[in-house]
Amino acid sequence: MIPSLPHSGWSSALTRLYLVAFLIFLFLPLVTVALFAFNDAPYPAPPWHGFTLDWFFGSVEHRRTGLFSDAELLGSLGTSVLVAVWVTTLSVLIGLCNAFLMERFEFRGKGLLAVCMLVPLVIPGVILGISILAFASRLAEFFNDYMGLELDFLRPGLPLVVLGQFSYIAAITTLTISARLRRFDRTLEEAALNLGASRWATLQTIILPYLKPALIGSAAVSFLMSFENFNTTLMLVGANSPLTIMMYGRMREGATPVLNAVSLFLMLASAILALTLMRRTQRRGPPA
Amino acid sequence: MTNGAATARLATRLSLFLLLAPAVLWLSALILIPHMDLALLSFRERIGPRQYSLSVAQYRTFFIEPLYWHIFVRTAVMSLVATALTLLLAFPVAWIIAKVLSGRASSLLFVICLIPFWISETVRTLGWMILLRESGVLPHFLVRLGMTEVPIEMLYHDATILVGLVYTSLLFMVVPLVGSFESLDNSLIEAASDLGASNGAILTKIIIPHAAPGITAGCIVVFMLTLGNYLTPTLLGGKNSQWFTEQIYTQFITRFNWEQGAALGFLLLALSTLLVWAGLKLSGQRFADVMRRA
Repeated sequence: MIPSLPHSGWSSALTRLYLVAFLIFLFLPLVTVALFAFNDAPYPAPPWHGFTLDWFFGSVEHRRTGLFSDAELLGSLGTSVLVAVWVTTLSVLIGLCNAFLMERFEFRGKGLLAVCMLVPLVIPGVILGISILAFASRLAEFFNDYMGLELDFLRPGLPLVVLGQFSYIAAITTLTISARLRRFDRTLEEAALNLGASRWATLQTIILPYLKPALIGSAAVSFLMSFENFNTTLMLVGANSPLTIMMYGRMREGATPVLNAVSLFLMLASAILALTLMRRTQRRGPPA
Repeated sequence: MTNGAATARLATRLSLFLLLAPAVLWLSALILIPHMDLALLSFRERIGPRQYSLSVAQYRTFFIEPLYWHIFVRTAVMSLVATALTLLLAFPVAWIIAKVLSGRASSLLFVICLIPFWISETVRTLGWMILLRESGVLPHFLVRLGMTEVPIEMLYHDATILVGLVYTSLLFMVVPLVGSFESLDNSLIEAASDLGASNGAILTKIIIPHAAPGITAGCIVVFMLTLGNYLTPTLLGGKNSQWFTEQIYTQFITRFNWEQGAALGFLLLALSTLLVWAGLKLSGQRFADVMRRA
């Protein structure tokens, strides 16, 4: 049970066996995806036909489109990055504002507001999507009927995707940044003010540097959550599909290993991001 | 003097309003008003071109039409099963991370457990599809090993959907469990063991009561995510998935029947809220604490 208790040999063998089985379960799908990016066959399926890089660089003789020449796929990757940059910027900014609001001010209805800020996290993503879709369409109709304005950004498309993802990712950045600000030692700030620093200088030289790990961490998490978001995006997407939606569409039709190739890149990018972040946060316990 | 104090108070009020504005705008324009609008939408019925009347027809359809009912209950039951399986699978791993291993080995295993969840759900599902479909890796190996004559289709079963859902949810169970196991004092277990308690007794009388907050947090989050999942059931279950979110999508996007879709959306929201509330009541915890823990 715990190492300090007497235990038999077979219980630790059992533990080891369980651990191995668990890790196989965890990594089998990922390893499979990575391997079949290099299989010399038109579909990601066994048997193994030999090693190829066709699914990255394409091949004229086999009429294969590789990842780097698949304009549709690369375009959707660009769309995902664009959306994620917007969502990250907006979410971190509002998270910072909310952290100061909740940690530094007292006002009526603060408790209620604190609970409301958690609500987006418990609403299923699909419902966030349809509610924003319906409301934006109603606004668009209204402007069209009464003012003769055609407001395209209220129709399904990237602006709505950004707003939909932002609506719940903002709650996550608020939690992370508030938690860090709560642990801030106020005497540091008071000392700076006593020594004649302006409020603005104090913010810039003392509070923001202190908050930096939380800002970087929540930005990374926001970017990743936006990049991987599927449910909300599915409901709000217009003509330009982000990568997850594009991949989903192709997976339903039975795609070539070019999807494995792009997945391999996503895996590497995520792993690098995760490891960098975990190194940074190692001394502060597991990431929130 | 009073003038200075008044100016300072004014400045405080001004900064309060400046900080309050984005929060209020976010919560009202993107959460509160759209949901109220969705509620209105679900309570109306189309009676002519651009003419609507107040009605409960959409909800009536849900209760009359056995298909909706069936899928609703099925989604809820499958989500509960997936949550229970996730707990069973995550419990030992979290225990090993928190109590059996220590130092570098423990943090290494923790990091290894987290990495798959930094990778898109789409990629993970693609992996399961390549492994399990009729022309896939596992059926291929079963034939090679002589266990089956022909490749069997391993996709499109309920069990496949459950495997995918449990896989996707593991992280959200492991993290809160590790947290609550780590705060358990080892000497309690040693004392119980010295006094002759069996492993079963230690588990039910010490570990589970201590970890209850973490268990609840994990279960609530996993249940919510599973219920609202779309990608995993539709890709791994195919036409047999019959997941409730898929019905909402069909009504909204394919059939363009927004009134019906809105009503189904609210029913899903009600189910999700009800079960989260029940979970909190059963374990006597507060919503805010659970969300922070998760």
